[in-house]
Amino acid sequence: MSSGLLFACVGALLFAMGIAGVILIGNLLRRVLAFNVMGSGAFLILVGLAQRNDVPDPVPQAMVLTGIVVAVAATALALALVRRLHALTGKLELPTDEI
Amino acid sequence: MTTNELLPLAVLASSLLPGLVIFALPEGWTTLRTTLNLFGAIAKLVLVAVLLAGVSAGEEFGVRFAVLPGLDLAFKADALGLLFISLSAVLWLFTTFYAIGYLEGAPHRSRFFGFFSLCVTATMGIAMAANLFTFFVFYELLTLSAFPLVVHRGTDKAMKGGTIYLAYTLIGGTALLTGIVWLHHLLGHTEFAHTGIVAALGPEYAGQLKIIFLLLIAGLGVKAALVPLHGWLPQAMVAPAPVSALLHAVAVVKAGAFGIVRIVYEVYGVEFAQSLDLLAPLAVLAAITIVWGSFRALFQDNLKKRLAYSTISQVSYIVLGVALFGPVGTIGGLVHLVHQGIMKITLFFCAGNYAETLGIHKVSEMNGAGRRMPLTTLAFSIGALGMMGAPLTAGAISKAWLSDGAAAAGMDWAIWVLWTSSLLNAAYFLPILWRAWFRLAQAAWPEEHIPARGWRETAWLLLLPPLATAIMTMAAGMLAESPGSPLEWAKLIAEREYRQGATLP
Amino acid sequence: MIWLILLPLVWASLAFILGAGRGKWLAIAGLAAQTGLAFDLAAKVGAGGTAISHTIGGWGAPLGIDLTADGLSAAMLLLTQCVALPLAVYASAYYKRDEAAGAYFWPLAGFLISGLNALFLSADLFNIYVTLELVGLAAVGLVAAGGGAQQVAAALRYLFATLVGSGLYLLGVALIYGAYGTVSIEVLTPLVTSETPRLMWIAGGLMLIGLMLKTALFPFHFWLPPAHGGAPAPVSALLSALVVKASFYLILRLWIGPFGPLIAAAEWLAWLPALLGTLAIFWGSWRAIRAERLKLLIAYSTVAQLGYLFLIFPLLTGHGAIQAGVMQAFAHGLAKAGMFVAAGVLIKATGQESVAGLAGAVERLPITLLAFGLAGMTLMGLPPSSGFLAKWQLIEAALDRGYWWLVVVVLAGGLLAAVYVFRVLRQAFLLAPPGQTVATVPRILEWTAFALAAASVLLGLRGVELMQLVGVVA
Repeated sequence: MSSGLLFACVGALLFAMGIAGVILIGNLLRRVLAFNVMGSGAFLILVGLAQRNDVPDPVPQAMVLTGIVVAVAATALALALVRRLHALTGKLELPTDEI
Repeated sequence: MTTNELLPLAVLASSLLPGLVIFALPEGWTTLRTTLNLFGAIAKLVLVAVLLAGVSAGEEFGVRFAVLPGLDLAFKADALGLLFISLSAVLWLFTTFYAIGYLEGAPHRSRFFGFFSLCVTATMGIAMAANLFTFFVFYELLTLSAFPLVVHRGTDKAMKGGTIYLAYTLIGGTALLTGIVWLHHLLGHTEFAHTGIVAALGPEYAGQLKIIFLLLIAGLGVKAALVPLHGWLPQAMVAPAPVSALLHAVAVVKAGAFGIVRIVYEVYGVEFAQSLDLLAPLAVLAAITIVWGSFRALFQDNLKKRLAYSTISQVSYIVLGVALFGPVGTIGGLVHLVHQGIMKITLFFCAGNYAETLGIHKVSEMNGAGRRMPLTTLAFSIGALGMMGAPLTAGAISKAWLSDGAAAAGMDWAIWVLWTSSLLNAAYFLPILWRAWFRLAQAAWPEEHIPARGWRETAWLLLLPPLATAIMTMAAGMLAESPGSPLEWAKLIAEREYRQGATLP
Repeated sequence: MIWLILLPLVWASLAFILGAGRGKWLAIAGLAAQTGLAFDLAAKVGAGGTAISHTIGGWGAPLGIDLTADGLSAAMLLLTQCVALPLAVYASAYYKRDEAAGAYFWPLAGFLISGLNALFLSADLFNIYVTLELVGLAAVGLVAAGGGAQQVAAALRYLFATLVGSGLYLLGVALIYGAYGTVSIEVLTPLVTSETPRLMWIAGGLMLIGLMLKTALFPFHFWLPPAHGGAPAPVSALLSALVVKASFYLILRLWIGPFGPLIAAAEWLAWLPALLGTLAIFWGSWRAIRAERLKLLIAYSTVAQLGYLFLIFPLLTGHGAIQAGVMQAFAHGLAKAGMFVAAGVLIKATGQESVAGLAGAVERLPITLLAFGLAGMTLMGLPPSSGFLAKWQLIEAALDRGYWWLVVVVLAGGLLAAVYVFRVLRQAFLLAPPGQTVATVPRILEWTAFALAAASVLLGLRGVELMQLVGVVA
């Protein structure tokens, strides 16, 4: 199995696990972590694509770098919000009451 | 933009602009508000007179704007539209006077007169629409601008009346829109034309055209109070008397009837409609409404509700006239559009007078009203006699032409319907007249708001409008053959709607 | 073209540094300039009859970023600027001094608008991803800014939804790159035929679901009512009017562009958005009719109105569907912004948030009620309004293809909208209970509401130019 294919498969697996985590897990910190796992999965697939030819393709690598920056910003925002919610309600889960 | 293009817009502006300014006026600025109201009404009358003169001379007035590629907002002033416009403009002037008197000291007059003016603008737009798209735009505008008038008093009863009104008119509007878009899809346009436009489609579309006709009539029939779509009208009586006068004589109900006239003559063409067998069912529906409305009126003690059911019945005379194939029936229906307006507004003005002056809302309270308020009761009597079709009144002219039209169309049963309705009209109007003139008054009136001063039985502004319209009722009846009467105008319109030329007695 | 993206970034950053006091004037000035630029661009595109391109810094694709403006993009840019400018004026008077939410509003709104402009101008799929994230994060920030526990919870729910959405989108982009080796839309579209590798189908599915999640299409709408219903009025207006339109625009762009041949090969796919749109209309309207709080009612109305946009997908093979979609986007954008703004005034004045508490509002706040009424007219699709034109065009396009049940859905939606709009209006016309106090609000708030609502109605009188603009394709 070429490394590109391995990366792609693992990436898909991580992506699926990540999404499942974001949707299904209750604890907010774990959901943020799951989001990061999801992002890493997508990036891994892109990196795998970069390795298809003999010469590494720079375009997906550029995309991954941009993606990492975006993911960091999103994670920071998510953590700030989780912290604020914890300060206001003392809980680390989203309230389930319907408005 | 030429003068001929500007005039239709000016007619719209003559009520729209004062209305918009009135909305912004503080409540206490009565003089300015009254001035704007009257200025708008008189300006409109002048413009309408110019249009009348032009159209009888054969000039064309019209203007169009593109709204979407292939869809125009188009106005024109033709003979049929002018029939409706002149009725509305004249009656608006009288209703304005009346409303100023009626609402003296009442709250929210700026809001009232603002929406009042919007209603009239919408009615003008309906009358001057040159295609179904424009017609629909102003038709729904009328629905919306009449709503705040119905719920003006803000009570729970007013709200209930308003909700029922909206439910009926919005659903009707949906049916109307479906028909219009479908027709536009088939034809590519919906421009009104003498003798109709849908005949251009081939015979394979006959089934679709019948369904479209049903949708259009259903949509218009809500406002025109055709049975079984009439339920909103008695509920809307909760509005103040000037609103009932406007709604039932001039704007909403007539707009529905006018729409039916336009559909049958200028969209389908009366000969094509006859070939599709659409006119006979329409006549039957009108006949049912005529009888049912009059029948229900017998059992109403509330005066305005009795008049409401009478309106339901009378407006269908117009629809019956439209459905009677032949120029005589057409003339009968068209002339009744004007006559019914004049007569019914007289009756509603008088009902409002009784309520405002003496607190009378019910027929059972009307004993001796004729002695206390002779002029009002005289006007009421003239209006009631007109409704019955008594000689020398406008109603007699309508009835005569409708009966002749029924005979000419081979629908003799319709003559029986007309006579039955006249009898029922007598049955529910004569008792009122009897009570008013010949019974003695009860100990005290329910609530005497306006005391009598000499022979001035009530405020001038409340007294003069019904007297004026009662005189018009007599004039329309006695001077029907003179040029410029509604009858002569109706003959002019009928001539243009029949392809082979109308042979008139 | 580049200034439409740079200018908001500049004033947003300056607003952050200088604070809300000077920031709001910078924002209004900047937005005024942007509105002028948007009109200018629209005029150029319309006159030229073809799309205009710009390469940033002279570095072309595949490593640089290209910007393209065709008729559809120019129209969406116009909508964004024309809604944002009155909203900025409104927000400048809405937030009190030293209010935390106000201090954060200006920089975040600026980033949001910059992201939206960039999204509409982007010509390659990955750049779209970046702009999607920018818009999403800024929107989440706006929802949370200065709010209490409920707002933060709503913001978190929104954040997770939007991140999942863009994650799916990114995966789709990655798969497309794997299949074709390019992400530029212009290069990609001719390459895709009906015999594409299975990868493209998966990519399409992922991207569609991701973007539907971001547009809050039923059943992915769960995050929208808390977020839009709980945020301050200017924020709700921005979100409902503009942000959800951006992801709809992307679905449309991808549908008629790269994924066109796939849709042509499997026509039943077009019915999926239409079905979900129908469910959105009925479910959203039902919840709006039953809502107790005014802003929640309006938020559910957004869920319902977005359904109309998705009804056009089965009609794209006929005539007039895109025009109907754009007209509906404009109608809803202007009207919903006006409605949220009016609701903000009503809530500020009456001091409470429920529909029942609006009794008697028509006396004290007639302009606001008029604005609400006009906006309601557009949402109901009653003439003369842009909503009516959108309805007309939708029905004509549906009749063109013979899809009768779409016509029924559109008409039923209009009647349902009437129920919840008149619920509010009727309440306002009732006599006020005695002892109720109504605070005075700055006049400018009422007039901005009126301006937005009036714009949605006036567009209904003249839609020719907009439709011609939309007709300009690359």
